[in-house]
Amino acid sequence: MFDVSTIRDDFPIFNRKIHGNKRLVYLDSAASSQKPQQVLDAMDRLYTHDYANIHRGIHELAEEATAQFEDARNRIADFIGVQDSTEIVFTRNTTESINLVAHAWGRKYLNPGDHILLTEMEHHSNLVPWYMLAQEKGLTIDFIPITADGLLNMDQFNILLNKQPKLVSFTHVSNVLGTINPVAEITALSHQAGAVVLVDGAQSVPHLPVDIEHLGVDFYAFSAHKMCGPTGIGILYGKRVLLEGMNPFLGGGDMIKKVTFEDFSVNEIPYKFEAGTSAIAEAIGFGAAVDYLNAIGMQAIHDHEKEVTKYAYEQLATIPGLQMMGPAADQRGGVISFELDDIHPHDIAQILDAQGIAVRAGHHCAMPLHQRLKVQASTRVSFYLYNTSEDVDDLVKGIYKVKEIFGRGDV
Amino acid sequence: MMDDLYREMILEHYKNPIHKGELEEINHSFEDENPLCGDFIHMDLEVDENGIITNAVFSGHGCAISQASADILLEDIIGKKVEEVQHFDSQYVIDLLGIELGPVRLKCALLPLKVMKAALYGIEKEEE
Ligand SMILES: Cc1ncc(COP(=O)(O)O)c(C=O)c1O
Repeated sequence: MFDVSTIRDDFPIFNRKIHGNKRLVYLDSAASSQKPQQVLDAMDRLYTHDYANIHRGIHELAEEATAQFEDARNRIADFIGVQDSTEIVFTRNTTESINLVAHAWGRKYLNPGDHILLTEMEHHSNLVPWYMLAQEKGLTIDFIPITADGLLNMDQFNILLNKQPKLVSFTHVSNVLGTINPVAEITALSHQAGAVVLVDGAQSVPHLPVDIEHLGVDFYAFSAHKMCGPTGIGILYGKRVLLEGMNPFLGGGDMIKKVTFEDFSVNEIPYKFEAGTSAIAEAIGFGAAVDYLNAIGMQAIHDHEKEVTKYAYEQLATIPGLQMMGPAADQRGGVISFELDDIHPHDIAQILDAQGIAVRAGHHCAMPLHQRLKVQASTRVSFYLYNTSEDVDDLVKGIYKVKEIFGRGDV
Repeated sequence: MMDDLYREMILEHYKNPIHKGELEEINHSFEDENPLCGDFIHMDLEVDENGIITNAVFSGHGCAISQASADILLEDIIGKKVEEVQHFDSQYVIDLLGIELGPVRLKCALLPLKVMKAALYGIEKEEE
């Protein structure tokens, strides 16, 4: 059923070679995924055939482009189990979605002395907006600690809930440890304590079936570019009552109902949060990405990634001097970060690159987590629907090459 | 490409640096880091009354390029006059290393130059 070689054929990038003649081994999908032809075609078709600005023109092109744009919104809503597509706001990416909540909800509803709860495994995009708001408003922030094996410490979480946080904001899947957090459980407990819940879905929606209404969260953020879609487009899901109560975000066209010389009135959701001309082609490309993933099936994609990740975990575990971070193979998504002897990740990444293997090196936008783990920087490999066990074998060979160059050849 | 970047000369300076250490008698010292990659360099320099750099050592941690670049740079400046060293630019260091670097790795390679200049002329620590 799940045929990786057919899937790879959909991604034109795999036709190219790296550094002259090396096969591309792309292990950096957690940073951004590659794009299938279907998505490129959808965007091309719009620009070559149906393009005009949306929501404004009274002409055939404008109407067709608007219909396609809104249809993309509906299909994305469907994809994540949301009935009411007015709860789906187009943003630029996960980062903007979280900032939108900080500005439009946080500034309105949070007050000096209020408490918010994040976790030790957050990406900078789910830290910095809250630090900025905390500085402005005088909020206090606590962090749910992680356990030795890279899971959220649920006992500590329960204790921290006694501080009655107004907001609990956390990632569904860690982009460093690969940890899959128990979203429904954390959400239910947070709601009991009276908190609003935001989930960073940047690493979950691309890789596993996500049913937002089932999870019960209040806000959920993700990006198209990590799930076969284009850059420059992302989603903020928000519960209707919350979105309706919030302040607008940016001011300008599309977000208003009426403007006079004295005043303005705000448009309905979701347009209230979509000021200015949207990334039209990108939204339509996003719709095509969702169709593409749907046709393969998110459960099948998740199962495939689990298999590749498990294989990689087993293979990497046999390399002397290689230390993996985070939970066991069966408790994680398709992400493995590791340290190798005392070799700096930049050197590792560079030598792997010379062999056609693309990995990520550094702190992966999670500096506090690395600080917590007392790791300067790490090397991260991440898998997606197009990765194979052959990719893993090449990675392992590549790592032995790194060891050889650095004279850590205890092999 | 890799064979260029991780040439024997670079790796040798990384694995067996000549000028790694700390000085007791110093009159110039500075340290800085690339927070993005975690490269860290501390330098101690000794300049005599004639303005000649008589001794220089570094300590730190980070990628092979940053650490080798520190060792190679110090090897080059010892015995030179402070005024001469003042004119060293990025290209000078790149030529010393003899490798081609992309923009990310260039930061690693140039950190030692930044630290050296700050140590000698008191250039402000740059905010990242
Ligand atoms: C967990 C997590 N959150 C947020 C982001 C930010 O995504 P974007 O850069 O698309 O806003 C990323 C991706 O880098 C991520 O991995």
